[in-house]
Amino acid sequence: MAILSLALKSLLNRRFTASLVLLSIALSVALLLGVERLRVESRNSFANTISGTDLVVGARSGAINLLLYSVFRIGDATNNISWKSYKKFAEHPLVKWTIPISLGDSHLGYRVMGTSRDYFQFYKYADKRSLAFHTGQPFDNVYQAVLGHEVAAELGYRLGQEIVIAHGAGKTSFTLHDDKPFKVVGVLEPTGTPVDRTVHVPLEGIEAIHADWIAGRQVRGLNISADQALEKDLTPKAITAFLVGLKSKIATFRVQREINDYRKEPLLAVLPGVALQQLWDLIGVAENALLIITLLVVAVGLIGILTVMLASLNERRREMAILRSVGARPGHILLLVTGESLLLSLVGITLGLLLLYAGLIFAQSFIETHYGLHLPIGLPSLREWLILGLVGTSALIIGLIPGYRAYRYSLADGMSIRI
Amino acid sequence: MPQTAAIEVKNLRFRWRKALPEVLRIETLEVARGERIFIRGASGSGKSTLLALLAGVNLPTGGEVNILGEAINRLSSARRDHYRSDHIGFIFQLFNLIPYLSVLDNVTLPCRFSRSRKERATASATSLQDEAMRLLAHLDMADEDLIDRPVTELSVGQQQRVATARALIGAPEIIIADEPTSALDSDMRQAFLRLLFQECEETGSTLLFVSHDRQLESLFERHIALDEINRLGRGEA
Repeated sequence: MAILSLALKSLLNRRFTASLVLLSIALSVALLLGVERLRVESRNSFANTISGTDLVVGARSGAINLLLYSVFRIGDATNNISWKSYKKFAEHPLVKWTIPISLGDSHLGYRVMGTSRDYFQFYKYADKRSLAFHTGQPFDNVYQAVLGHEVAAELGYRLGQEIVIAHGAGKTSFTLHDDKPFKVVGVLEPTGTPVDRTVHVPLEGIEAIHADWIAGRQVRGLNISADQALEKDLTPKAITAFLVGLKSKIATFRVQREINDYRKEPLLAVLPGVALQQLWDLIGVAENALLIITLLVVAVGLIGILTVMLASLNERRREMAILRSVGARPGHILLLVTGESLLLSLVGITLGLLLLYAGLIFAQSFIETHYGLHLPIGLPSLREWLILGLVGTSALIIGLIPGYRAYRYSLADGMSIRI
Repeated sequence: MPQTAAIEVKNLRFRWRKALPEVLRIETLEVARGERIFIRGASGSGKSTLLALLAGVNLPTGGEVNILGEAINRLSSARRDHYRSDHIGFIFQLFNLIPYLSVLDNVTLPCRFSRSRKERATASATSLQDEAMRLLAHLDMADEDLIDRPVTELSVGQQQRVATARALIGAPEIIIADEPTSALDSDMRQAFLRLLFQECEETGSTLLFVSHDRQLESLFERHIALDEINRLGRGEA
């Protein structure tokens, strides 16, 4: 151990260069761990979007497309499905519950989703968690709305306030359903999923605001007031998609096949877990590229250590000769030089960890409010420890290079002092 | 009890590599314990080579090197390194000190590698630091102002005295000094030698002093010219 205290003193003597190297290692390690944590958490939050749902059903298109518009509220459906088809499967003997989804309208950039009260009972996210109400309750009237947490928080809405729904999904829509405002009756607890950014209204509400619309356009002169609309039959003719919960998971593939083979309408049923995985694989390419880049940054940091150690080696041959004369074996010289590299990288890794946690504490609330991503400040995961171990091992291997050179020098030079 | 010689060299031969010619061939060289011997050699006469052989850093191509009765050329390299740190103290020509260690750490450095020297150093003093301070005081280097200074800021003479304290700590049987005075001016040379002799006497160490400076020769009990004992010496390196 005597030799390691020498290594420490030697580094302290070169504290300026050493601290620059430390900084580069610390930054690269913090970057690597930060990217890793972001990656894991975004994957978690992604996988947490929907749970407890056995099938997602929509008009026949692609599995990913269906998942994107029905669960993530990204993009649009290619087609609707008829109420009759929905009803048929909703009443299927193997089906426990269904949640109809009707999309296409928006409120100040937030998607409006028509659904039934079953949504608040059966929709689950993360680890089978149900939706909970922050304030208020589910809608039980046509012109009532329940807001996702972010919608209420960003727009400052409270219970009892009236909101107007715009036609279409854009942020700035010129056609407003301003003749039929909705009253906010509930605000949900935050979920970290797209639910937070959704305005929920009854299916009948969607139907009502389009009572005087035909084929996607408002018909001039055909003004049906909010009260008049209530007297009409507000059973929808079509919905965008629906979620299915089965009585038994064993029946999943059977029901999926039945829906996919349904002759009266081209439907598509997908298992959300499978579709999520497909979607993630798609995103995963970018994610891996990011990981590789940060690994390269760490490699650059380690090469920094190598450069500094190798550059100093020649001028340290005298030091090695003196150490040999007082009884240091060539093995000690190897240990001294390798120990210095190792100390640099271990301290660098520790600083990197501290930097990561400082960054997390600093950025946590910002990332959560702006990106809906919760980054927990927990101890490093097993995988992160593995990454750190890998960095440490590479540092050791890299440290052996100057160490071995010094060893060769000290064997060749012996005690003769060469400059 | 007849004591073994401090240094006994027989039929010593050395070449750097097989293809190269021999650089050293010494039939016999014997140094008694406690003796102060001056070995004179011009640079390139094989001085450093001889010292490396005596220290067991290099191995002779032929012959035997006995240090305190131990044929060190038969020891493994790790044992040789141990043997050296236990029994030999070195003083070099210049830049003897490890730049990143304090004066005290430099002096106690051999005790990091040799347990027996550490034990001997602490046997007479309460701590290793005390023993280092005692030696430094003997060498007029115990000023607190000097002790706390980075070794790189010491004058050459001061550095050599620190190096001497390092060579002496733990009372090794043999002190090998390789041109330790060549960077000093002549007044300091004398003073330095007096101190060195005094310390060697006190610890009973054998002093092997290598230099090209004939002026110092007369101060030693015995002197040898390396060219005379090295049969290959002259002119070649």
